[in-house]
Amino acid sequence: MTLIRKPLSRRSILRAGAAGGVALATPTIFTSSAWSAGYLNEPTGSTVTLGFNVPQSGPYADEGADELRAYQLAVEHINGEGDGGMLNTFTSKALKGNGVLGKKVEFVTGDTQTKSDAARASAKRMIEKDGAIMITGGSSSGVAIAVQSLCQEAGVIFMAGLTHSNDTTGKDRRANGFRHFFNTEMTGAALAPVLKNAMGEGRKVYHLTADYTWGWSQEGSIQKYTEPFGWDTVAAVRTPVGAGDFSQYLTPVLNSGADVLVLNHYGKDMVNSLTQAVQFGLRDKQVNGKQFEIVVPLFSRLMAQGAGDAIKGIFGSTAWNWSLTDEGSQAFVKSFGQKYGFPPSQAAHTCYCQTLLYADAAERAGTFMPSALGAALEDFEFDGLGNGPTLYRAGDHQCFKDVLVVKGKENPSSQFDLLEVVEVTPRAQVEYPADMLGGELGAYNNGV
Amino acid sequence: MDVILLQLLNGLDKGGAYALIALGLTLIFGTLGVVNFAHGALFMLGAFCAVTFNKFLSLEKVVLDPTKTTAWGTPMEVRTPYVEAYLGDFGAWVLNYSVPMSILLAIPVMLIIGFAMERGLIKHFYNRPHADQILVTFGLAIVLQEIIKSIYGANPIPQLAPSAVSGAADVGAFLGFDPGVIVYPFWRMVYLGFAGLVIAAVFAFLQFTTFGMVVRAGMADRETVGLLGINIERRFTIVFAIAAVVAGVAGVMYTPILPPDYHIGMDFLVLSFVVVVVGGMGSLPGAVAAGFLLGILQSFASMNEVKAILPGIDQIIIYLVAVVILLVRPRGLLGRKGVMES
Repeated sequence: MTLIRKPLSRRSILRAGAAGGVALATPTIFTSSAWSAGYLNEPTGSTVTLGFNVPQSGPYADEGADELRAYQLAVEHINGEGDGGMLNTFTSKALKGNGVLGKKVEFVTGDTQTKSDAARASAKRMIEKDGAIMITGGSSSGVAIAVQSLCQEAGVIFMAGLTHSNDTTGKDRRANGFRHFFNTEMTGAALAPVLKNAMGEGRKVYHLTADYTWGWSQEGSIQKYTEPFGWDTVAAVRTPVGAGDFSQYLTPVLNSGADVLVLNHYGKDMVNSLTQAVQFGLRDKQVNGKQFEIVVPLFSRLMAQGAGDAIKGIFGSTAWNWSLTDEGSQAFVKSFGQKYGFPPSQAAHTCYCQTLLYADAAERAGTFMPSALGAALEDFEFDGLGNGPTLYRAGDHQCFKDVLVVKGKENPSSQFDLLEVVEVTPRAQVEYPADMLGGELGAYNNGV
Repeated sequence: MDVILLQLLNGLDKGGAYALIALGLTLIFGTLGVVNFAHGALFMLGAFCAVTFNKFLSLEKVVLDPTKTTAWGTPMEVRTPYVEAYLGDFGAWVLNYSVPMSILLAIPVMLIIGFAMERGLIKHFYNRPHADQILVTFGLAIVLQEIIKSIYGANPIPQLAPSAVSGAADVGAFLGFDPGVIVYPFWRMVYLGFAGLVIAAVFAFLQFTTFGMVVRAGMADRETVGLLGINIERRFTIVFAIAAVVAGVAGVMYTPILPPDYHIGMDFLVLSFVVVVVGGMGSLPGAVAAGFLLGILQSFASMNEVKAILPGIDQIIIYLVAVVILLVRPRGLLGRKGVMES
């Protein structure tokens, strides 16, 4: 009797080897931890790479530069360098100043040029060539939505920077995308009561609106929240982005019967349209027995600098302002001001927060895997990052926090002191149901 | 009626800016035969002459006030412009008039830039195809833009009109309408007057001086003028520099209307080319007429009543006119016979 019934051959040894290999591997392949170990760009060394995708050229280059400064500061603080900034005030204490999950944070940068195709190309490059595990950045909703969709397809997390359109976490929401910045819905909810108190009921409103996703979204939100107290829309005129000279759109306003002009413009368009509206004497007019007023729903300090004196006394909303006195804001302003010599913008604030929030979520989840990390962000309640207690809502991946209603300062004390906080609108007043804006998050994509 | 008058005024004002830029552009094409895509950059450089002059006048004496601190813990800076500190009220007056006064800086600067551009780059492309000229001048425009951006940043830098002409004028009351019906910014009317003045000066220079006569002769028949022993190339260099000055001063005076940034020239470039094509390549009266015509058309097309019938017409009207002109009369409204028709 022999144990080996057939003579050994090369083929039988190979077959047995293959079968043995599969048998040995089976226990690890079918365990959940083995499945979860695989995700795109999983860091294997002592470092982890983040991709900062901001406009380094084009019309939002200055805003992009401020975002990049904030990202660099956040990386320093996460790695334990500098004074720690908001890590000292952040209510979650998962980050210890030694990187994330023991890995030192490194970063690569991309230039979005404020163009969707360029932004997608630079994000793709950072994911595929540089091994970025997360993409973050913004300054235009069109760009943010395009990059968010790319990150969903690729299987990495997208932490949106400055993007204000409802669509980012509304109809174009994605499971892999998260937004800390506020949106036009919240602007409408926060701004409308202040406008009613300052300008009264029963107004005739003329909208000049940037002709793209953010402009439409902003126009709709202002109408929705001001119509209940009798602000009727006389006309809503769409203007091309980057029109430059808005005079041909402003002259029809003069004799339209409107007594309020809402400029749904951002960036350079807002600087130009507001400056020119003031030049046309709109703010000196009396219409329908009322003082003519101009409203700019979304303000930023960098834009206010560009508009100069035209901004004085104009109402708008902003996500955050460096003059806030809470501990978190002060810690951030101190770190940023000492490093760069001037205060941070709202774009810098949201980018800094997003980086800390991502790192913190990874630390709490114990992994960089998008699905696990995203779960750690969902319904996460925190404080200490400015704007009071904040919720990262699971239903749409949108942050809910206090919103600032501001006014251009009449007598600024410095070149940076341009906005006066008129009201801090509490979070409860700007909340809305997660399904109100439509859209589906879908499933997380881990990229494998 | 008041709405129509208002849009007419607006169209004339827009047309003034288009005509000024197109005038320089067509002057260069008519004399040197060069399609200069860097002409918008010259407009932008002029605007930044105003910014530079204002920044120079606004240079500040910085004193640290140890009794006050910034939000990030450093001593607060107290800033006073030198010009105000040393010259008092006169200094404040100079600062107030910095935009019109910066023309004095822009003229020599733009002359030098014009000379340098023509001698250093453009002259090497006289006998090259138009495509080469477009590529090299477009490349130059991008380089100039990036230089300005690296110095001044990407954000628009507001420039104020002198306070005496910074508000809006009640034009309606002057014309016998009810007060407040037709109001128009003072500075825009100043700009319209300024554009008319510059256009008249350029025409007078070409019409009534010997230099202008030679240039006109050179535009008509370059070879014959050369055979007469006249160095027409040297004169054309001067014409290029003059065109640069026209674009530059147009840029200077435009800064209170549109806060300039590094991209301001590109915004005007395409429109100016359309103006030149509609007016007739190389035709100076054509450029001026087409500038005003397109400005007025664009202004009327933006009226809500017009857009209710033809949505989006305001954004395409200029190009629509260009298409029609190119189809019906390829040489443009006042272009020379044969140009663009072969």
